[in-house]
Amino acid sequence: MHYFLTEEQQMIQELTAQIAREKIRPVRAELDTNEQFPWEIMKILSQADLFGLYIPEEYGGMGGGIFENCLAIEKLGEACIGIATSFAASGLGAYPILLFGGDELKQKYLPQIASGKRLAAFGLTEPGAGSDVSGIQTTAVKDGDHYIINGSKQWITNGGESEIYSILAITDRAKGPRGASFFVVEKGDPGFSFGKKEKKLGIRASATRELIFQDCRIPADRLIGREGMGFIIAMKTFDKSRPGIAALGVGLAQGALDIAVEYARKRVQFGKPIISFQAIQHKLADMAVKTEASRALVYSVARYMDSEPHDVSKVAAMSKVFAGDVAMEVATNAVQVLGGYGYMQDYPVEKMMRDAKILQIYEGTNEIQRNIIGQELNKEYSRLKESFL
Amino acid sequence: MHIVVCIKQVPDTKNVRIDPDTHTLVRQGVESIINPFDMFAVEAALKIKDQNGARITVITMGPPQASEALRDTLGLGADDAVLLSDRAFAGSDTWATSTTLSAAVRKMGDVDIIFCGKQAIDGDTAQVGPEMAALLDIPYATFVKKIEIPGDGSLKVVRQTDEGTEVWKLPLPCLLTVIKEIGEPRVPSLRHKMRAKKAEIPVWGAADLGLDPDHIGLCGSFTQVVRVFSPPRRTNRIQLEGSLEDQAEQLFQYLKNARIPGL
Repeated sequence: MHYFLTEEQQMIQELTAQIAREKIRPVRAELDTNEQFPWEIMKILSQADLFGLYIPEEYGGMGGGIFENCLAIEKLGEACIGIATSFAASGLGAYPILLFGGDELKQKYLPQIASGKRLAAFGLTEPGAGSDVSGIQTTAVKDGDHYIINGSKQWITNGGESEIYSILAITDRAKGPRGASFFVVEKGDPGFSFGKKEKKLGIRASATRELIFQDCRIPADRLIGREGMGFIIAMKTFDKSRPGIAALGVGLAQGALDIAVEYARKRVQFGKPIISFQAIQHKLADMAVKTEASRALVYSVARYMDSEPHDVSKVAAMSKVFAGDVAMEVATNAVQVLGGYGYMQDYPVEKMMRDAKILQIYEGTNEIQRNIIGQELNKEYSRLKESFL
Repeated sequence: MHIVVCIKQVPDTKNVRIDPDTHTLVRQGVESIINPFDMFAVEAALKIKDQNGARITVITMGPPQASEALRDTLGLGADDAVLLSDRAFAGSDTWATSTTLSAAVRKMGDVDIIFCGKQAIDGDTAQVGPEMAALLDIPYATFVKKIEIPGDGSLKVVRQTDEGTEVWKLPLPCLLTVIKEIGEPRVPSLRHKMRAKKAEIPVWGAADLGLDPDHIGLCGSFTQVVRVFSPPRRTNRIQLEGSLEDQAEQLFQYLKNARIPGL
């Protein structure tokens, strides 16, 4: 199906599809098995100018938007969302700086992130604060022209591999939700270290580590925006990044569908290719319908968000929840179509099924997405003058 | 430094068929690709550009659609491309091809290094590179796998031979044909791809190159293909297995039983 892409957008698709085909597919199983961070691929993506798709040209990027970034993430995700997550997570780390950083912070960090020479990461989650962000314990205390950070962040994607971290810390606990702030911390800052690398069910090529701050001293100009803006920055960042996670889901679903259809055409049982049986046909049809519906929603949302509207939280959440659920379902059914072979590591669908699960959990669980959608519906309808009853 | 890379469009051999009647390659409907060894030549040039800075011009002799292959190399980071295209070039053998390509290099004038792949996967002759060097009267090295630039107007290259490796020093300008060990071809970059899409690729014909029609195309070719055929499959092959000593012993016994004179 055609989505009326511009020439430039088609080029992004072609280029990322080539990288997925030639560079990612041959190594995805090995990186998954060895839990090895995809530095080779990150280098290729950097040389291909893909890290700065959504970053303005004045900061060394390509001047595109969320949609362009989603197109790239989707194609990479068709081959491996572990690798694509490592790529996309740098964007998640960049958004707080891009959206709320002063010009000096932007000048300093965005060109490095856009070129892919340094990866970024985003640090919010803590042992006691996941869905409930207000539970965070990490503190940042002003000390002259420095801040001193203490605490820890848990399950940080690209942790230990990235060099630039956007992290959330409490600057004034008395102010409650308005007492949190975002900071840039660099690998190598005094008092900043990493915990062990986590062992995961899926996306095992991506690195997940704890960030540990023990009297970590950073210059005060690393504050992003102003003190107290932390929660706003976190929410606005997630609004921007959620379509990217959704794009991972579209890619994963497409990748699983491709394998399932090809397999069903070749696998012969009862003297016929199994695709000739309705039990398989209907399953494949549902997988294809949902994958296309997911893509249509994600593209629409990404394009809408690039038009800079105000009401993005609901649609961003919708794209993430739908594409994540579809990816999980399609990957699970792909394993079913391949039967015993699908359960074995000889085919990539078992990895896709393991990988898909994270899409319903990270960057706000799908339950939290539904909360957001529900709350937004309540707000929207409270403003309506018309009655439907 | 100005580097010229010579490339060739070849049929994608993964899909090649031989016409059973004419014994020639069926080219209709077969996708063209850049000769894989020429991709290593482009990569070799790009590596030098990355490390030392250089201007890269890619050339090919071929029909108008060959400009798409040139555009692909611009997407990888080459600076310019020139298509050598003229009906008069049709039917060129390696000599006429080398004549045409070297005329283009001469026209550019300021070339320091010429890169070719070690051979093309369709003809497999490996002649065009050395012939160009002969026509341009410059030194050349074939099967190059490593290049160093000492900065004294020369190149230090490592070439692969059947016996091992050789290290050569060549004065500039020179021509090198490269093998895959030079480095895996990179993927394009988005900026280069966008530039390539819009790039104007000049076309030079026989007149632009000042070439005598008798020296190019079919007229300028010393060789003609009389017949193309698949060699008959050899049967009765024996594969020896085991340690080298075992294999030598088996071979000895075999030759002995075969009554080779002197054994």
